[in-house]
Amino acid sequence: MIKVRVIPLLLLKDGLLKKPVRFRDPRTVANPISIVRVFEVRQVDELILLDIGCAAHNQNVNPKIVRMISEELTVPFACGGGIRSVETMSGLVAAGAEKVVINTAAVDNPDLVRAGAEKFGSQCLVVSIDALRREDGSYEVHTGNGSRPTGADPVAWAREVERLGAGELLVNSISHEGMMQGYDVGLIRSVADAVDIPVIAAGGAGKVEHFAEAVLDGHASAVAAGSIYHYTRTTPDMVKQAMAKAGIPVRL
Amino acid sequence: MSVAIIDYGVGNLRSVQKIFERIGSAAAITGEAEDIRAADALVLPGVGAFRDAMARLSEHGMVQEIKRAVLDDKKPLLGICLGMQLLAQESEEGGAGEGLGLVPASVRKLQVAGKLNPLGRKLTLPHIGWNEVRPKPESILFRGISEGSDFYFLHSYRLVCDDSGMIAASCEYGETFPCAVERDNIFAAQFHPEKSQEPGQRLIRNFLEHCERGAGQA
Repeated sequence: MIKVRVIPLLLLKDGLLKKPVRFRDPRTVANPISIVRVFEVRQVDELILLDIGCAAHNQNVNPKIVRMISEELTVPFACGGGIRSVETMSGLVAAGAEKVVINTAAVDNPDLVRAGAEKFGSQCLVVSIDALRREDGSYEVHTGNGSRPTGADPVAWAREVERLGAGELLVNSISHEGMMQGYDVGLIRSVADAVDIPVIAAGGAGKVEHFAEAVLDGHASAVAAGSIYHYTRTTPDMVKQAMAKAGIPVRL
Repeated sequence: MSVAIIDYGVGNLRSVQKIFERIGSAAAITGEAEDIRAADALVLPGVGAFRDAMARLSEHGMVQEIKRAVLDDKKPLLGICLGMQLLAQESEEGGAGEGLGLVPASVRKLQVAGKLNPLGRKLTLPHIGWNEVRPKPESILFRGISEGSDFYFLHSYRLVCDDSGMIAASCEYGETFPCAVERDNIFAAQFHPEKSQEPGQRLIRNFLEHCERGAGQA
């Protein structure tokens, strides 16, 4: 049977790993290659690398870093950060990424989703959705690393990108991100229940118990996290053991 | 023992090359007909859509080269992911399309509608992630790989084999489907062995050792 995937989420800026709390004030963590090597040995199921400096500076993810990371891994990895064209996607796939992740560009130019899916296949295209919870409990999609409100509802947007050809969604709660207080299970579930493509939960994991919640209550197919692996002693294996105990099929 | 990874402008070839390197073997990435003719064994990778890939194979003059190498020269060929699907006679992806026709099989979409995962949730497509593989005991590709080993899948379409004897392993996702085939000198895997850690590496090693045994007997 298909296993639920445990995925470290690495944020890159200027060649170094960063760990933003609530999308501001990124804190330096470490050299990405050494961290990737640790995860490779720890047998994570997949890796996601997002370059958060790109969107702001109108740059593209550095294919050299992508290649270096790809060389270290015998598991798949997805990368994103400022991707705005199919050509950029081609370069990253050629450099070693199994999948590409787009966020802001999908909102600014939804046809990019269709074009990317057509060229690489839906399975290679992950659309990342960052959502902020409003005071009234509703959610709003934001782009530009959470800085720009779009007025869009994440469920409606998720359905739209699915229709356009996205193969997977990375759903991140802006308010929960970096706080290590748990995923926004309600947000994850509302999106997962609305689409027929896999949803990767992101944003907020701080304890091993949080991951099972994202799967059992949030209906996520995969659980991504960053802070917990960087700032605590929790390892992906401990996360898997906890999920297995909760009855979730995982690769051990 | 030279291995050529066929480059027809689609996919991540470096990862495939890398796994050969990890087991101490060099595999060259090439799109040149003469390299394919000179190689002892071939790898046909693939990512993306069936029709686009077939169009590219045609554009690069690879279709006849591959058929010649496999059918006339009897060179071992390993198809990976879309590369496995391309071996079929046809695929329904993107409207009907013709494949290389190297194995008696067709390609259609995985049927998951109304099916649930072990947690009672609907099955989603594409089939993405680690899933268990059940190899046939006599399989060459899976020698030494335990039943139930997880490999990484990333696809929405699956092979339908006219000849069940060629099925080397099956997997279950909404339905049971062949995830690896072996037929004479043709081998193929639906999952990505180059991104499936130890079992994937072992599978590549098995393929290589099989090619070397064959070369030794030639």
